[in-house]
Amino acid sequence: MLRDITLGQYYPADSVIHKLDPRLKLIGTMVFLVSLFLSHDWIGYLAATVFLAGVIRASRVPFRYMLKGLKAIILILLITVVFNLFVVPGDVIWEFWVLRVTRQGLSQAGFMAVRLIYLIIGSSVMTLTTTPNDLTDGLERVLGPLRMVKVPVHEIAMIMSIALRFIPILLEETDKIMKAQTARGADFESGNLIQKAKSMVPLLVPLFISAFRRANDLALAMEARCYRGGAGRTKMKPLLYEKRDYAGYAVLAVYLAAMIAIRIMR
Amino acid sequence: MSIKLEHLNYIYSQGTAYEKQALRDVCLELRDGEFVGLIGHTGSGKSTLIQHLNGLVRATSGALYVDGKNIYDSSYNMKGLRAKVGLVFQYPEYQLFEVNVLKDVCFGPKNQGLTDEEAEERAKKALAQVGIDENCYEQSPFDLSGGQKRRAAIAGVLAMEPEVLVLDEPTAGLDPRGRLEILGLISRLHRERRITVVLVSHSMEDVAEYVERIIVMNKGSVMLDGTPKEVFAHDKELEQVGLAVPQVTYLMRGLSELGIPVRRDVTTVEEAREEIRRLLKRRETCGQAAEGQ
Ligand SMILES: Nc1ncnc2c1ncn2[C@@H]1O[C@H](COP(=O)(O)OP(=O)(O)O)[C@@H](O)[C@H]1O
Ligand SMILES: [Mg+2]
Repeated sequence: MLRDITLGQYYPADSVIHKLDPRLKLIGTMVFLVSLFLSHDWIGYLAATVFLAGVIRASRVPFRYMLKGLKAIILILLITVVFNLFVVPGDVIWEFWVLRVTRQGLSQAGFMAVRLIYLIIGSSVMTLTTTPNDLTDGLERVLGPLRMVKVPVHEIAMIMSIALRFIPILLEETDKIMKAQTARGADFESGNLIQKAKSMVPLLVPLFISAFRRANDLALAMEARCYRGGAGRTKMKPLLYEKRDYAGYAVLAVYLAAMIAIRIMR
Repeated sequence: MSIKLEHLNYIYSQGTAYEKQALRDVCLELRDGEFVGLIGHTGSGKSTLIQHLNGLVRATSGALYVDGKNIYDSSYNMKGLRAKVGLVFQYPEYQLFEVNVLKDVCFGPKNQGLTDEEAEERAKKALAQVGIDENCYEQSPFDLSGGQKRRAAIAGVLAMEPEVLVLDEPTAGLDPRGRLEILGLISRLHRERRITVVLVSHSMEDVAEYVERIIVMNKGSVMLDGTPKEVFAHDKELEQVGLAVPQVTYLMRGLSELGIPVRRDVTTVEEAREEIRRLLKRRETCGQAAEGQ
């Protein structure tokens, strides 16, 4: 039920990609996203496809999980394609009434669609192979330099990890309360908009109370363990690069160089 | 009202990496007016099983008959079933939401389509039965004590006047006194309302005193099913799955191993007291007989 749509959607598996340092994966994802915007023709996309396919293969996550994220952007995808298809001027290849498809429009729509799809799949690879905890740890380290300009990096990372930790719990809780109220004859589906909004009260009141209770408990527990924010705080498991991470960076550098070369030479 | 489960299987998150078979080929029959204890270690599938009884969860495969009708038929009236099988979830106090206790208890009956007056009448009856005072009716449910909250939540289900009452670990998180109060209340309800009661627990102690029949779940399957005496005879098997027979049963078995002639199948404190009293009486008469010689 609700528990199926967990955010962060980590997919446990035993693969090289899972074991890589989260910093590498964050930076790698970033590089991949930038590289997508570097490509302007099919050779660039071919290189990106090869790279992405290689990573997906190595991650051992079933391909259909990568596609799950696409559902969310299907509308945006359609709008982008339609716009590019009909709006870009150039050599007309098909005409009907006010609609006009050009060769340039067709290729641009195709590239835009591929770009968007790869964007989503690329970031899904990261979230699917990295636990939320690793992800926030990595983020805290990658964003570390921003501390110089007074960005509360540690606090942001802490908020993110708490949020990620609580989303599945609250979803589960929602599921439970919904079932409990359904057992008392509540109906969350039928009725018009106002009735539906009213039927949410028996769900939302207990949910909010429970969220506040949990937040309160967590704050107390953190305080009892002398949590005082990021200053002077060390990690039990600090992130350390290993050989495979350096190899990963090397692969990434080669990929980026190739993409830049393709861009300049064509 | 009888409920019959046939080869019920249930799998959570089917088709994902988190797939989990929570019920495995469960076959059961709950007869009219029974008081049943459903026991099992945490994670054995008790909560999942009882959520099938009122159709909240739909079995992955298998059939469930209520009074001979398959509830998975598309024409089956699920809302009617929910009124007949009252389900009290674990920590039911977390579902309280209304501005006052009385209104909260009215929620169920009103969903059944009763008028305000009828609902209120039923709510008052249910609240009286669970022992909540009239001067609490106007209080916010969140101002009640822990045990009172739980009783108010149970009243919320009772007010729907179900024919089968299912309670999921109703004593979880209560102190010993609250525990006894709730258990006493449930067995009184069974006696007075003559309804079928299914009491879910992971503690033998809780159920041994009250129920007529015990169903033991292990890893999603029904492991044992019978009267308390029949079930507690399998003490070794129970221990293997992380359950224990009641303390008093251990005590009597220990005595019997020391050569004291007491019954080994005692399951309640009451029975143990009778047994020991009987023994002492016999000693007395034996002693007098010896003196007389
Ligand atoms: N909403 C859920 N999603 C996935 N798995 C679940 C869910 N609820 C329970 N489970 C799993 O199903 C099994 C049985 O759980 P449950 O019926 O709650 O057992 P019990 O009530 O006996 O402790 C457990 O292994 C549990 O982890
Ligand atoms: Mg349970």
